[in-house]
Amino acid sequence: MPMTLVEKILANKVGHDVRPGQLVMTPVDQVFAHDLSGPLAISQLRSLGFKGFKHPEKVRFFLDHASPSSTVASANEHKTIREFASEWGVELVDVGEGICHQVMMEKYVRSGEIIIGGDSHTCMGGVLGALATGMGSTDVAIAMYLSRTWLRVPDTMRFVINGRTPHGVYSKDVMLHIIGRIGAGGATYRSMEFVGSTIAEWPVPERSTLPNMAVEAGAKCGLCPSDARTLEYLTQQGRAKDYTALSGDLDAPCNFEMKVDASALEPQIALPHNVDLVVGVTDPKVRNVRIHQIYLGTCTNGRIEDFRVAAGVLKGNKIAKGTRLVATPASRQVYLQGMKEGLWTAIVEAGGLVNSPGCGACPGVQTGILGSGENCLSTMNRNFKGRMGNPEAFIYLGSPATCAASALAGVITDPREVVR
Amino acid sequence: MTPTDSANTPGRAWIFGDNVSTDLIFPGRYVHLLSNMPELVGHTLEDARTDYAPNVKPGDFVVAGENFGMGSSREQAPVIIKLSGARAVLAKSFARIFFRNAINIGLAAIEVDTTGIKDGDKLTIDLEAGVLKDQASGIERRFEPLPPIMTEILRDGGLIEHIKKHGDINL
Ligand code: SF4
Repeated sequence: MPMTLVEKILANKVGHDVRPGQLVMTPVDQVFAHDLSGPLAISQLRSLGFKGFKHPEKVRFFLDHASPSSTVASANEHKTIREFASEWGVELVDVGEGICHQVMMEKYVRSGEIIIGGDSHTCMGGVLGALATGMGSTDVAIAMYLSRTWLRVPDTMRFVINGRTPHGVYSKDVMLHIIGRIGAGGATYRSMEFVGSTIAEWPVPERSTLPNMAVEAGAKCGLCPSDARTLEYLTQQGRAKDYTALSGDLDAPCNFEMKVDASALEPQIALPHNVDLVVGVTDPKVRNVRIHQIYLGTCTNGRIEDFRVAAGVLKGNKIAKGTRLVATPASRQVYLQGMKEGLWTAIVEAGGLVNSPGCGACPGVQTGILGSGENCLSTMNRNFKGRMGNPEAFIYLGSPATCAASALAGVITDPREVVR
Repeated sequence: MTPTDSANTPGRAWIFGDNVSTDLIFPGRYVHLLSNMPELVGHTLEDARTDYAPNVKPGDFVVAGENFGMGSSREQAPVIIKLSGARAVLAKSFARIFFRNAINIGLAAIEVDTTGIKDGDKLTIDLEAGVLKDQASGIERRFEPLPPIMTEILRDGGLIEHIKKHGDINL
């Protein structure tokens, strides 16, 4: 029987056929939490009186959100997590290593796995063909302890993306366009499966923006096939042995299919305060909108490829007066590579600043909180009111290219003329 | 009052719109209050409407439109709604992580058509039978009761209490 990708993964794990809507109990391959979701998971585990994990090798804690700590409270929470990790013998991915989702992709996620993370963007792991999904601290604590969880088998929505993106248009624009079409609740409880010639052509890092933002449409997971591009990426990461080919059957029944012509898109912008308020960069609603802060980074677009594009635009130029630019690499690997390539030099010489790897300004607790009435254009994944720490500020979303071009102009700008 | 009390005691409806994000429920700027729940609860839903937290009474209802709780996985979002006194959140639809979190921490999240319910209306709800009544307008709506495992988790007071009692979780 033909099956979608998520059905294949679940059927394989639970050992029988599955159908959408069914509740299943499934083994879990990896579970993680970070410095915001971890402390509550830890206190739940302690309140249950548990003394250790049956499978500590499946469990990981990341210190990435308030990192390095900026308050006594977060410093103490980091301390709690460090102590717990050493006491229970699980891996701690400490301050400076980077954002959990980026590090999971670089080092840990394997196709066909079921991964539970204490963070909504855990779905990014789907880029390597894993059923990765976010849950709250209590679910995470229980999954850490039992190495299994219950899930409702999601319906699949298939997105067939064909064509070559025009110069200056990226996966971020494709995903903003998709969310604009289906809405912020358009994929609630479902699995978004990304297929087509565009996906087949994109390397894994370029693909990763799509499953990362699946939760922005409410999805449980976002999945890409594990194919030749996956093998290429895993090989670069020194993990070729982690590769298995896995893809959904294109003739598997699913009650939603959308075709996207990537070649017809222009750069896209999401307007405050909803990710699904999406317009083209040439739309009068965004033309000449003044930008006070540009924020480059996050799990959505904080990779080396993103900074290459942005630094390429900024190199040899100056950021507009009255606009500031904050850049935060998503991981230590990105940070080191950017150093070797001189990307940070280009950004700093242009007038920007570069932070250490982590979530940076995205969750609104540090390094780049906005002033009231200010506009920010960012490569982030969500622009909700109050995100980045100030409900009186306005967040626009775009690609790294659009952000860099807008940094030079000081207003929202079409990147197609300046991208090299 | 536990969520599964099918008491006929009415509670007041606090109306919210569509797409209420976890950032509106629990603004990120208050993460430093995580270890100070009583104070954090005073900011519940503050960025959606400022009059809720200071005035909500035990047994009241949060009533919303589509996609309630979208966004982050922060479990403190349903926790503070529960601690604020709300007996249940009634919405046309929920974001999935919020929904799971709510059940896990013992807050009833009920998917029901909330059209026509007005701010301040007195509501009663029978979780097991799946009936919502609005005393002000006479609206009566049926909803699909939760799957048995979730009702059981709610009755036990959340997933942790459930595990304490049964040592495991089984469908
Ligand atoms: S970068 Fe932003 S969206 Fe990504 S995990 Fe960190 S806080 Fe969440």
